[in-house]
Amino acid sequence: MTGTGMTGTGMTGPELAGLDRAGRSTRRDRPLLRMLALAATLRGRLALAAVAGALATGCGVALLAVSGYLLARASQHPDITALSVAIVAVRGLSVGRGAFRYAERLASHDVAFRVLARARVAIWRRLERLAPAGLPAFRSGDLLARLVSDVDATQDLFIRGVAPPIAAALVGAGAVTVCVALVTPAGLVLAAGLLAGGVAVPAIGLVAARSANRQLAPARGRFAAAVADLRTGAADLQAFGASGQALDRAERANRELGRLGRRSAAASGLGTGLSALVAGLTLWAALVLGVAATGAGVLGRVPLAVLALTAMAAFEAVTLLPAAAVQLSQARASGRRIAEVLDAPDPVAEPADPLPLPAGPVTIALRDARLRYAPDGPLAIDGVSLDLPPGRRVALVGPNGAGKSTLVSVLLRFRELDGGSATLNGVDLAAFAGDDVRTVIGGCPQDPHLFDASIEENLRIADPAVSGEALRTVLRQVGLDDWVDRLPEGLATRVGPDGARVSGGQRQRIALARALLADPAVLILDEPTAHLDAGSRRQVMADVLAVTRGRCTLLITHDLDGLAQVDEIVVLDHGRVAERGTHAGLLAADGLYRRLWLARAGDDAG
Amino acid sequence: MNRRLFADAGPARRHLAGTVLAGLAVTVLILAQAGLLARALATAAPGVGAGALRWTLIALGLVVLARAAAAHAGEVSAMRAAAIVKERLRSRLLRHAIRLGPAGDCGQQAGEITALTTSGLDALDPYFARYLPQVVLAGAVPIAVIAAVSSADWISGGIIAITVPLIPLFGALVGMHTKAQTERNWQLLARLSGHFLDVVQGLTTLKVFGRATAQQRVIETVTDEYRAGVLATLRVAFLSALVLELSAALATALVAVEVGLRLLYGQLSYPTALFVLLLTPEAYLPLRNAAAQFHASADGTAAARRAHELLDLPLPAGTTGPDRDGATQVDLPVPDLAVPDLRTTPIVLDAVTAGYPGRPAPVLDRAGVTIFPGDQITLLGRNGAGKSTLLALLLRFAAPTGGTIRVGQVDLAALPLEAWRRQIGWLPQRPALFAWSVAENIALGAPDATRAAIERAAELAGAAGFIADLPDGYDTVLDERALRLSSGQRQKIALARLFLRDAPLLLLDEPVAHLDPASAAEFRAAIGTLRAGRTVIEVAHRPAGWSWPDRAGEQSGPDLVDPAGPSGGRVLLVADGAIAELGGEPGPGYATGPVAGGPALIRLGTAGRPVGRGGPGRG
Repeated sequence: MTGTGMTGTGMTGPELAGLDRAGRSTRRDRPLLRMLALAATLRGRLALAAVAGALATGCGVALLAVSGYLLARASQHPDITALSVAIVAVRGLSVGRGAFRYAERLASHDVAFRVLARARVAIWRRLERLAPAGLPAFRSGDLLARLVSDVDATQDLFIRGVAPPIAAALVGAGAVTVCVALVTPAGLVLAAGLLAGGVAVPAIGLVAARSANRQLAPARGRFAAAVADLRTGAADLQAFGASGQALDRAERANRELGRLGRRSAAASGLGTGLSALVAGLTLWAALVLGVAATGAGVLGRVPLAVLALTAMAAFEAVTLLPAAAVQLSQARASGRRIAEVLDAPDPVAEPADPLPLPAGPVTIALRDARLRYAPDGPLAIDGVSLDLPPGRRVALVGPNGAGKSTLVSVLLRFRELDGGSATLNGVDLAAFAGDDVRTVIGGCPQDPHLFDASIEENLRIADPAVSGEALRTVLRQVGLDDWVDRLPEGLATRVGPDGARVSGGQRQRIALARALLADPAVLILDEPTAHLDAGSRRQVMADVLAVTRGRCTLLITHDLDGLAQVDEIVVLDHGRVAERGTHAGLLAADGLYRRLWLARAGDDAG
Repeated sequence: MNRRLFADAGPARRHLAGTVLAGLAVTVLILAQAGLLARALATAAPGVGAGALRWTLIALGLVVLARAAAAHAGEVSAMRAAAIVKERLRSRLLRHAIRLGPAGDCGQQAGEITALTTSGLDALDPYFARYLPQVVLAGAVPIAVIAAVSSADWISGGIIAITVPLIPLFGALVGMHTKAQTERNWQLLARLSGHFLDVVQGLTTLKVFGRATAQQRVIETVTDEYRAGVLATLRVAFLSALVLELSAALATALVAVEVGLRLLYGQLSYPTALFVLLLTPEAYLPLRNAAAQFHASADGTAAARRAHELLDLPLPAGTTGPDRDGATQVDLPVPDLAVPDLRTTPIVLDAVTAGYPGRPAPVLDRAGVTIFPGDQITLLGRNGAGKSTLLALLLRFAAPTGGTIRVGQVDLAALPLEAWRRQIGWLPQRPALFAWSVAENIALGAPDATRAAIERAAELAGAAGFIADLPDGYDTVLDERALRLSSGQRQKIALARLFLRDAPLLLLDEPVAHLDPASAAEFRAAIGTLRAGRTVIEVAHRPAGWSWPDRAGEQSGPDLVDPAGPSGGRVLLVADGAIAELGGEPGPGYATGPVAGGPALIRLGTAGRPVGRGGPGRG
């Protein structure tokens, strides 16, 4: 539960509800339209894709209809010149079908990738303002990964979800027009059939898939839980000889999943059968009507052939629609999640006319700071005052959830205070641009991110222009120089996704080095020893205390060893300052700090 | 179809046969439909209307219905087969995962097995439901169509017979040409997606360093460059689709014109010509559909291949676990050897060496110690010194790479695993609780325990109070989503397991490391009643302000460890690969005399002044 202060889960409910009341909900209710709006200026290219698709399918339908005409006319043994147009048309249509399909695919992929770039930039712009405090559950890596895959899914929407329905509508309308002109009732039957095949069948397919999923979901959940148990509890199960017991449960859940899967097969396979049924019955009905008209002498044998073959081929237009329906429904869900991010309110207001930063030494002061996550929630920070003049080192300690990280987010301008003041040389922090404030107050946020790049690139984020000499100096300060020297690729070694290829201690040290390179006037280090084992913790802590000597530093930590060196220790509890003073003074006071100090025995546990 | 996947199909083969049969039925019905349609169109004339053609039309209606039914049946059988194959694969993967056991370096495999069994195998659904039926049709329909058309008109049959194979041929040619590029594109796409995720996850960090706004340009450029690169490849890759469409359309056009001209000159009858025309596109359709399901096929076979690769991986040597297919254990030299009673038998570690793969130096290096019945041992040592390795050896999660562990006179490795572990109660730092009821969780490994025994155990562990407050008491399911227990409560349920298990040897691995001082004290009291009459080895954390010598044999400084340890029994130090005696008294079992061959009880260090008496960690 580290740093619940930053997740801000408490705000989702009331604040979003407030948004609804403000009337912005209408936009959120149409996530699909908003996704499509991303392609607003690409309308021309999108139209090109749709028209090319329509022409490709149309050529296919016309090819069969004209071929039917050709045969029926030939059976009347006219002069060859009567057939020459049809012969040329058949050849042209057959080439056209391939060429237009090719054009459609290129055009739709082009649009899709262009939209992807826009979607990414749009979501990035918004995330950039929101992060980290303004986004519901921002810190959950899973949710972020899903958001990113939602953005990526916009490609599929534009490849499979947009052009095929438009093409189907155009071709369907054309085929129906031809048939209505030949035999009106047959044309109407075709219209009904195409609507059923292109709209009703995909919709039924969606509903069937959804209800099958609903049935499967709880069984899936049970199975996943059983598998997770098997995995996380493997040691306990073996020690207690209970592996068989757990396996039996997983197998039971597995069998139930299999049984439900077999049972829902009939529903899931509904789409294919229905599509074939609708196409077949429509052809049959059109044929019956056409044959009746021919029998009555109203329709010639040539138009009859055209009618039947058109009715048969027209269904090619709707074959892609079930897949398009799935795509649209997924895009809706993705769009809703994206819209949630786009519509989240700003956590901090940027000043319209930001003041320039003062030159020279900087003093940060908090006076009676108060902050709550939700308007009617409890105070997460309650009357905290803090002075950070040049050169002063302050340690912020206290149990999890005491408000330490929330305080940091106020200083970094990720959050706004609800009461009291946060000032820089006496001027309200809110008067400066957030980015400017962060050049003065910076450092190492909680859980610093290492990018999937080289060690050097990760360090240069702090200062792209830094000299190689300065890099070496900082690496030596944080005790990384020997390690880097031993790496075959040295500073060019890639750290892997999320720093997966370096150890926890190295990760924290790289982050510390980065913070030192940025060299802000006020250095904030939020739990630089988190997730480390006892040995590394002691070493990293010692390094932190050594390099921050004489530097204005705010150190958030659970490690109390060595805090005798800092100028002031502020003990936070439930958002309030429980105690403050020096290490010796606080130990003598027999308060929360002393209790934390005595309880820290467990720190040696790995 | 992948051969091994077919082997997995087992009872699903019946359903797969159903899919093939349905495909064959569809093929026959396609021919029938074309014949009937041609006949209706050719026969209809003024005066010869729907009435005169009623049998043809009725037959056509029936064929249409049958075709829909067969298509449905084919897909349903395929889905059923998919469900069965998935169930079997999941089951085999689970058993494999169990046998991988808790060994550390199998973590990645275990993670993959979890991912595969819970969602990854669903890629088999589209493979079975969409791709397989199309493959059946793509095999049967063109042959049937060529045969039927040839029997009516051999020239048209020839045209189709020549052009149909062009589709897979050209597809393969284009595919070969673009394969490398396409793969590079997929990698590029994955990397691009990874890049975006990476910067989004690091957004706070970028903001702190004032680099977030600049990143927008990078995202724009990277995505745009990707688009340009991919489109260049797609221009070639889409050629295979172009060939597909073109050959199907051109063949239809060729046949139409050729048949039309011969019809014009009276060399062919109108019904035959129509029959040929109607059938021609049908020969290409299944191929096009199968090609359209290419991704379904690729994803499905990839998932199946991954599953088989995981199943093929060798199990770590000496692992054990239940296996439905046969033996319960992998290496079990003497299955019937009786396990000596640990209430009276000492355990001797004789020059034991053990380590982790990938770590050059062994953690324990020819370490020796004798554990006497009734010993209350406190095990100290720095992180990674080998305390947990010692417990793992006793639990037989790992085997020594040198030396022996003897139980009385018997080599531990020769004892039946299950029976040996039945004598051990293990309490790890973070015991696993399962998504079962509280009662089932307490009765872990003792499924036959009575409710009364379970409740008694919970009471002794001090867990009865909070269990009574749970929504369903002992029947409350410990589902993460429904219920969050505090670490203290979780630890008490784990302690109740030990009371129920009633094992003579207890291995406690820092049981209060994650508890606050109050819960820890409460927990200590409960554990106290459990200790009586049992051998206990407890890995202890260092009490506040205490320290110990860094090396075995090193003369202790002034701030010495309490010689009697928290439990009043022996204190052992694991350091430098060795196990050293720091102080305390051995259990009553020591009175029976040292075991021959076992190292003698050697005292190191001197009893000194305990520091921090009264701090937490002293029960």
